[in-house]
Amino acid sequence: MRFWDIVLALLIGLGLWQALVIITDAPHFILPSPWRVAQAAYKSRVIIVENAWVTAIEVVLGLLIGTLLGVATAIQLAMSKTAERLMLPILVFTQAVPVFALAPLLTLWFGYGMGSKIVMTVLIIYFPVTSAFHDGLARIDSGYRDLMVSMDAGKWNFMRHIQILNALPSLGTGLRLAAVYAPIGAVIGEWVGASKGLGYLMLLANGRAKIDLMFASLIVLACLTVVLHITVSVLANRLTRYAQGTSKP
Amino acid sequence: MSTSPGITLKGQHRIGDRVLFNANLHLPGGQWTCLLGRSGVGKSTILRLILGLETGGTFNGSFVATDGVKLAGRISYMAQSDLMLPWLSVLDNVCIGARLRGEVPDTAVARDLLRRVGLSNHADQKPATLSGGMRQRAALARTLFEDRAIVFLDEPFSALDAGTRADMQELAADVLKDRTVLLVTHDPAEAVRVSHQITVMSAQATQNWQVPKTAALREINAAETLACQAKLLEYLRGSAA
Repeated sequence: MRFWDIVLALLIGLGLWQALVIITDAPHFILPSPWRVAQAAYKSRVIIVENAWVTAIEVVLGLLIGTLLGVATAIQLAMSKTAERLMLPILVFTQAVPVFALAPLLTLWFGYGMGSKIVMTVLIIYFPVTSAFHDGLARIDSGYRDLMVSMDAGKWNFMRHIQILNALPSLGTGLRLAAVYAPIGAVIGEWVGASKGLGYLMLLANGRAKIDLMFASLIVLACLTVVLHITVSVLANRLTRYAQGTSKP
Repeated sequence: MSTSPGITLKGQHRIGDRVLFNANLHLPGGQWTCLLGRSGVGKSTILRLILGLETGGTFNGSFVATDGVKLAGRISYMAQSDLMLPWLSVLDNVCIGARLRGEVPDTAVARDLLRRVGLSNHADQKPATLSGGMRQRAALARTLFEDRAIVFLDEPFSALDAGTRADMQELAADVLKDRTVLLVTHDPAEAVRVSHQITVMSAQATQNWQVPKTAALREINAAETLACQAKLLEYLRGSAA
């Protein structure tokens, strides 16, 4: 995607939005115009930045912790057939529980601060990361396993030197998904109970009929997600190129 | 390196109720044995069996080294696919066995082996930058790095073009001299050229084929080499019909 393509797409989006405002003639407290939202964003820039910063920290910490836990679980599952047999069904079962429904419980357990939002984010990205990386670890050319046996390799050394590196592209796929899901987890946590964050700001603005501020918060959240997705995609592409031997780590 | 032992294998391999093969095979120590036979007859299974790899069946019989010492850890293996790890340099690929065993690799030895297979100038490159023939030479250096008396080769040159294959046969014959080598191949010309012993395999039995009296590695266009490979090919076609 080239820079000017993005600019053009944004302009088209804004144009359609403005056209919708004109055609429907909706009052500004129902559908504010892009200009009105821009004005609200500028006027409330300090409060927006403060709350966006909180959400960003929750998302990044949740992403890091969730990724570490997911990677560790996937390695454990790939190393031990018993762990795989026992834990995979449990993991799949936990996915049957809507994570959103756990938000009130997490707030009760971890409080109104960042903790409950980080845990929510961790829960929402844990499965995609674990699942994608485990698939990558399991999907290895049987020839490498033969080589491992003929070379008297230790199981952990094989994991460390071959399996993990071979599975980096799959981990990249999981991380790309996680980057999109992570802000959802944090914002849902903030909706259920928080005193800071973009989710909290959106609820606050909505309660006071400041729909322009709500739109501004939403746009900032979308920008945050896009930046995160691009950053993670760059990292994922590097991991893939490294595993394919076409670049340095 | 100590004197290379021979291997004797005798027994029957079954997959479920089906008998895959009955084999009575002797690999002379320090010599090349080529194993031929039609696809699916169990050539690679014999190799996998002795290596301790999964065969998908059960073997009733025995395989032992002629010196009475256990075979585990004494065989190095080279497959049809070069199995180069794309993220490692050629040099690191050659040393991978040591790393997998948790040892510190001797890179000087690895560099010397790369020199022997003609890849000195490519040691620090990634496998993706090499041709198929160069990658197989790197795989051969990795096999040699294991420094084992017995070497199993499972169709290692079959994916190469004819010229590169002939070059690789010469290189392998040179660097694997005095080791006990089992080469699984579909190519009668390759078998006649490089082997001290040819064993033709069928489901019922294994039988040794008379090789030319000249020493391996044989000239490609020598009359006795050509005559032997023609006869062998005729026999293989007959047995496949």
